[in-house]
Amino acid sequence: MDIRLDAISHSYDDFEVMRDISLDISSGQIVCIVGPSGCGKSTLLRFIGGLERPSRGRVLQLSEPPEGCLNPLTYIFQDFALLPWRSVSGNISLVLDDHGIRGKAAQGIIDDVLARTKLTDFAKALPKQLSGGMKQRVAIARALAVNPAVMLMDEPLSALDSQTRELLMDDLVELWSRQPFTAVYVTHNLAEAVRLGHRVVVLSRRPGQIREVVEIDKPLAEREFGDADLDRAQKHLWQLMRDEARAADAELINV
Amino acid sequence: MSDMSRGKTVAFRGGGFAPKPQRWIGVFVFVTLILLAEWGTRSGWITALTLPKPSDVFDTFRELYESGLLFKHLGPSLSRLVVGAAIGASVGISVGVLIGLFSYIRSGLVPLVAAIFPIPKIALLPLFVIWFGIGEGSKYALIAFGTFTPTVVATYGAVDNVDRTLIRMGQSFGLSWWSIVRKIVLPGAMPGILSGLRISLAIAIILLVAAEMLGAQYGIGAYILEAGSLYDLERLFAGVVILSLLGVFVSFIIGMIERRLLGWRS
Repeated sequence: MDIRLDAISHSYDDFEVMRDISLDISSGQIVCIVGPSGCGKSTLLRFIGGLERPSRGRVLQLSEPPEGCLNPLTYIFQDFALLPWRSVSGNISLVLDDHGIRGKAAQGIIDDVLARTKLTDFAKALPKQLSGGMKQRVAIARALAVNPAVMLMDEPLSALDSQTRELLMDDLVELWSRQPFTAVYVTHNLAEAVRLGHRVVVLSRRPGQIREVVEIDKPLAEREFGDADLDRAQKHLWQLMRDEARAADAELINV
Repeated sequence: MSDMSRGKTVAFRGGGFAPKPQRWIGVFVFVTLILLAEWGTRSGWITALTLPKPSDVFDTFRELYESGLLFKHLGPSLSRLVVGAAIGASVGISVGVLIGLFSYIRSGLVPLVAAIFPIPKIALLPLFVIWFGIGEGSKYALIAFGTFTPTVVATYGAVDNVDRTLIRMGQSFGLSWWSIVRKIVLPGAMPGILSGLRISLAIAIILLVAAEMLGAQYGIGAYILEAGSLYDLERLFAGVVILSLLGVFVSFIIGMIERRLLGWRS
């Protein structure tokens, strides 16, 4: 399913946060959105999934979601958003229940997504028993369970330590290689962006505008930690962002 | 490494600020106080008018139990407590959840609840007798009304504190409104609701005595009030002990429910 952002602008009262953002997201691609803090990248992601409405402009679905897709636009949150009172499999059955999938059918899906995220042994565990990386894998399993057309990932690895982040990036690449999915991946971490993004969209500081779209041609599976091409791309992104980031950092918040 | 021996151990200054449950200390405090009272009343430096002898209170209690009067008093009181508190708590939780969820209900009812919270419910007993009759109705109403307000306040506070990111998550997965309330809001508010219930149920026990001021022949409250007006300190204390035990029992039950329902808390 392709998504088009059509001239999106947004302001709170007379405080402009985003100006005229147009972007096409095509199927099977991971689009990373990077930008200095406060540029509205997470807000943009909430527009795409319909959790918030932009002041001007529209988000368009260019085609019908594929058959068997329960929740076309599915989020993965930075803080995992797992229900602490439900076990790992309970957290997944939560999102299936409302689509009328219960009992055996649900169990089948749950077993499948837990196997794909290597969580089979933890089906009965409560979130409090899991490490951060495991929690995020549960959230990824939950997202996979509803068979999304587009995954909306809001800084999914930012709450994790750097080793866990590397491991989860490998997992994401593996998941994508086995079955390419469409994703919009918001992050402030440029290493993640060059590792996972087919395209990297650089936003300027507030009001957020598209500064540049960087294409990275190297196939995901061939990208590795400390790759020279990726380092070059990352350096380029950083040059684009540095001044913006510095200026954004020096701004007063909520004036 | 010889330098090590000349070094000074860094003084420990951490620790503390983390009380842990100590099993028998509570019982010890009770027993000590009772023994102290017994010794004081026996030796005479506490006069019989100040405090009854704990052993006499215990005898009264035993008489009460052996004559079967205990259950004659306890039965009606417990049913008043259970019915009244159940009505008050369930209406309170429902209204609290509605206040937590809907802007208009919130704006309309929060000032109203704030207005009726500080009314001493005992003062309204004559009114309840006219509204609900001198029989059980007025007693249920008084206890229900007294449990209602603290439950409402605790419940909407608890609903307000439910993690909004969990609700956004529910919406983002296309869960229905009712599913979000049932599977995310209510379980998320449960810790706050239960700790509110601890307070409301204690208030229900307090109001039990007030409810039995008018038109009650049997009941712990009636028993205490009668003993009080006759200045029969042994019976007064026997009644008070029953109320205390009731309080401990209720708190124990809630503790059990908490352990069952809130095992997910870290």
